[in-house]
Amino acid sequence: MTAGILLQLAQTLLALLLAPLLVGWVNQCRAWMLGRSAPPLLQPYHTLRKLLHKDVVLAHDATSLFRFAPHIVFACMALAAGIVPTLANDLPFSPAADVIALVGLLALARVFLALAAMDVGTAFGSLGARREMLIAFLAEPALLMVFFTASLISQSTELPHIVERLAHQEFALYPSMAFAAVAFWMLSTAENARIPVDNPTTHLELTMIHEAMILEYSGRHLALIEWAVALKLFTYSALGIALFLPWGIAPRGDWAALPLALLVLVAKLMLGGAALALLETLSAKMRLFRAPEFLGTAFLLAVLGMLVHFLLEV
Amino acid sequence: MGAGRALVVRSQCSWAIGWVRPVPETAPLDWAWGVVLYWLALAAAALAGRRQAARITRWILPLGALGGLLMAGIGATALMLPPSAFVLPMGLPDLPFHLRLDALSGFFLLLLGVASFGVTLHATGYFRALAAVPLAELALWYHLFLAGMALVLLADDAYAFMVAWEVMALASYFLVTSDHAVPEIRRAGFLYLLIAHVGAVALLLCFGVLHGGESGHARSYAFDAMRLAETTPAWASVAFLLALFGFGAKAGLVPLHVWLPEAHPAAPSPVSALMSGVMLKTAIYGLLRVTFDLLGVTLAWWGVLALALGLASALYGVIFAAVQSDMKRLLAWSSIENIGLIVAGFGLTLIFHVDGKPMLAALTLTALLYHALNHALFKGLLFIGTGSVLHATGERRMGRLGGLIRTMPWTAWLTLIGALAIAGLPPLNGFVSEWLLLQAFLLTPGLDRPYLNMVIPVAAAVVVLAAALAAYVMVKFYGVVFLGRPRDAALQQAHDAGWPERLGMLWLAAGCVLLGLFPSFVVEGLAPVTRQLIGLALVNDGNPLLLAPIAAERASYAPLLFLGVVVTVTVAVFFGVRRLFHGRVRRAAPWDCGYPEQDACMQDSAEGFGQPIRHIFSAFMRVERHTPDPFDRHPEYRGDSRDRLWLLLYRPVGEAVAWLSERTGRLQHGRIQWYLIYSFATLIVLLVFVTG
Repeated sequence: MTAGILLQLAQTLLALLLAPLLVGWVNQCRAWMLGRSAPPLLQPYHTLRKLLHKDVVLAHDATSLFRFAPHIVFACMALAAGIVPTLANDLPFSPAADVIALVGLLALARVFLALAAMDVGTAFGSLGARREMLIAFLAEPALLMVFFTASLISQSTELPHIVERLAHQEFALYPSMAFAAVAFWMLSTAENARIPVDNPTTHLELTMIHEAMILEYSGRHLALIEWAVALKLFTYSALGIALFLPWGIAPRGDWAALPLALLVLVAKLMLGGAALALLETLSAKMRLFRAPEFLGTAFLLAVLGMLVHFLLEV
Repeated sequence: MGAGRALVVRSQCSWAIGWVRPVPETAPLDWAWGVVLYWLALAAAALAGRRQAARITRWILPLGALGGLLMAGIGATALMLPPSAFVLPMGLPDLPFHLRLDALSGFFLLLLGVASFGVTLHATGYFRALAAVPLAELALWYHLFLAGMALVLLADDAYAFMVAWEVMALASYFLVTSDHAVPEIRRAGFLYLLIAHVGAVALLLCFGVLHGGESGHARSYAFDAMRLAETTPAWASVAFLLALFGFGAKAGLVPLHVWLPEAHPAAPSPVSALMSGVMLKTAIYGLLRVTFDLLGVTLAWWGVLALALGLASALYGVIFAAVQSDMKRLLAWSSIENIGLIVAGFGLTLIFHVDGKPMLAALTLTALLYHALNHALFKGLLFIGTGSVLHATGERRMGRLGGLIRTMPWTAWLTLIGALAIAGLPPLNGFVSEWLLLQAFLLTPGLDRPYLNMVIPVAAAVVVLAAALAAYVMVKFYGVVFLGRPRDAALQQAHDAGWPERLGMLWLAAGCVLLGLFPSFVVEGLAPVTRQLIGLALVNDGNPLLLAPIAAERASYAPLLFLGVVVTVTVAVFFGVRRLFHGRVRRAAPWDCGYPEQDACMQDSAEGFGQPIRHIFSAFMRVERHTPDPFDRHPEYRGDSRDRLWLLLYRPVGEAVAWLSERTGRLQHGRIQWYLIYSFATLIVLLVFVTG
């Protein structure tokens, strides 16, 4: 049990530390592909340190909800990153929340951020909150359909058991998971505020979604939010790996497999980050009201995956 | 013959009482009946003391709240004890009132008691500003309403049930129209009364069908006789459809929901809280009672029908909630959504039950009862929260509110708990019941029904969509009303709720938190109800802190661990950052992209926040817009999203009735000769009919 808790803490710490690196890697790949000179790989860490040193500038009528929200959002993302198996499959936190609770956890963070965005009462804050909630309610059912497909195969909604079933039992090809993987990719771009739904580097306020919500934040609050955003990207990547490429995650109690698991994880994250950057450079940001169609497609793909599971795999 | 009937009834009752195993000295039923009488006495006292307003707010309402607390205790006790029954020496000569308290009634009495305690506490503060006479009337109907609801839950024969049902409906009608000087409120009240009675007629017919069993048992309107009667599947289906119609009309199931968004905003806030939180649940109680207790047979297609109607209501309700701009109307639509989720759970329970999967039926039944209790708490909390806002500002339109978290911190923070709970966010209570329901949806592939087992998991997407939209609705509700800048200068002077109101909200908010954090205890508490209805209870596979309804490796949720980690990390980060770096804060004007001239009107209005939903779900509603002229000096923008079902279903019926009555009116000329001819013709026809 203590070993499990140690492993759990190590894995959560690893997620906390690796998450900004993943963002730096994606930014670097994107800059290369666009033919620009790339920022240093460690740039996100420098940004975080700079922000943490700066004073917080609060609007005159910001309430304590506004000040607490970044901490809560960060804590939610830390727990989310801790639940998803990245290195090993033996996580004492994971009974706390299965995939449905994980979706609830992400929603909790989002609602707090949206409420905080409306707190100061600026035009862009409420605009961002409205758009973020719009994307969320479209993406959430599709995300759950992806999870449902995986849990119908593994007969469990617990992530360690899904991984156990998909990675460590006899190898089988699941066509349904192919549909689910495409749907999951589309959803994660929307949920992580990436192109084509949102643009993380935009400077045009009227097209912002996520950035519009956090316009009023500064200093350590902004640092926590940026870190939480990086953690979210890391969590979604880890989820994608756990569901669709689980091979390499160390099975329960197998300590010797951990170094290899770490290497495999880093390799997968590098590949995934490069793929994200590639797809982002190939596509353009779409109009806000095209997003329902985009996410509707993702939902249909996820449902198709589930039907394929019933038709071919049962 | 009358005497014979009475004898039979008595003997059945003695049989019923004899069946009850050792009953403690004072059975909870006696206590429950005592509380009903106590509420009736308070109603009479309110009428008698109608000249002194202070006496009513200081004594009668708090005493009524105490009755709620007592009722909650009685309900909780009844959950653990075997059923008890007795016959009152009143009612029809042939049919005295039968009362019975079993686990199902006990659970709903608990719900009634818990919710009404908080709401009535709030009411003592809320009604303080009222003049003496309307206050006395209000207190009279209020306590009659409470007593009526309790009697509905206790009734053990169709006659007592219908009497209690009507007391409940009429008392709530008078409560809805307590502000009857306003024509809109009178109109809302009439619509409510009309649909309540159409539903009541369906219930009456349903009991008629249940009474007419073809077996050798003596026919009686007592529920005990109905339990024994054997009904053919065809007649059972008729009875079920009538019950679904009648109880659906009361619960606000689509398409019988139209009264709900009219009546709830019209009523004073504590009354809306009780109607939405408790009265809608009596309909759920009735549905469960008739289907699983009185009807001997159950058919799978009933479940499919209920599931479809429930999902439709959930989606329809939440979409319309998202486009409302009146805060109480928004909450009323959200009640339709929650009732939809409960009925969907009911449908799934039926499907599992018929399919011989009692374990899964127990899971869905637990989920739906859990959600009913949750909804009573958070919807009660939200309604009384809006009541405090209404009291402080006199404004129901969200477009005129804003920024109240600064002037009304108690109301705002307590309402936040309710808003997060109803949005289905962990670790509060709304999440647990939705989690259980989704787990049940995931288990439908185990059904032995081709197609159905494939379609139902996809239908789970509707539940998730409704839950995700509920989060949208709550961000809109909370953000527009409590956050941002006040949209009206007068809001700066809004006062926070007084202590009785705060206590009421605290009670309900504490319920939301506790039910969310200790789900395994709730599941255990619900076990007697599921055991009574389907013969099996949900067993929690895990320690008390871990909720694992089927098996720990299948699915589990530990809210305390969840909350513990989130709180620990939040606190650690808060102090860690301050220690490692600093905690300096400067105050400045909001940035908002450097735009200099900002005012409160530039925030999203309620209509603005609902715009994406209007855009995406435009097929469901008819939008009527009034856009101002560009040169208008005092521009006013108005957008109204009308319910398409009202136009499609209700208006044609209304027009047909008007047309028919006009045609019938032609028969009436006011001349005596014509009326004599009508009588003569009728007589001839009757004679021909009789002799032929």
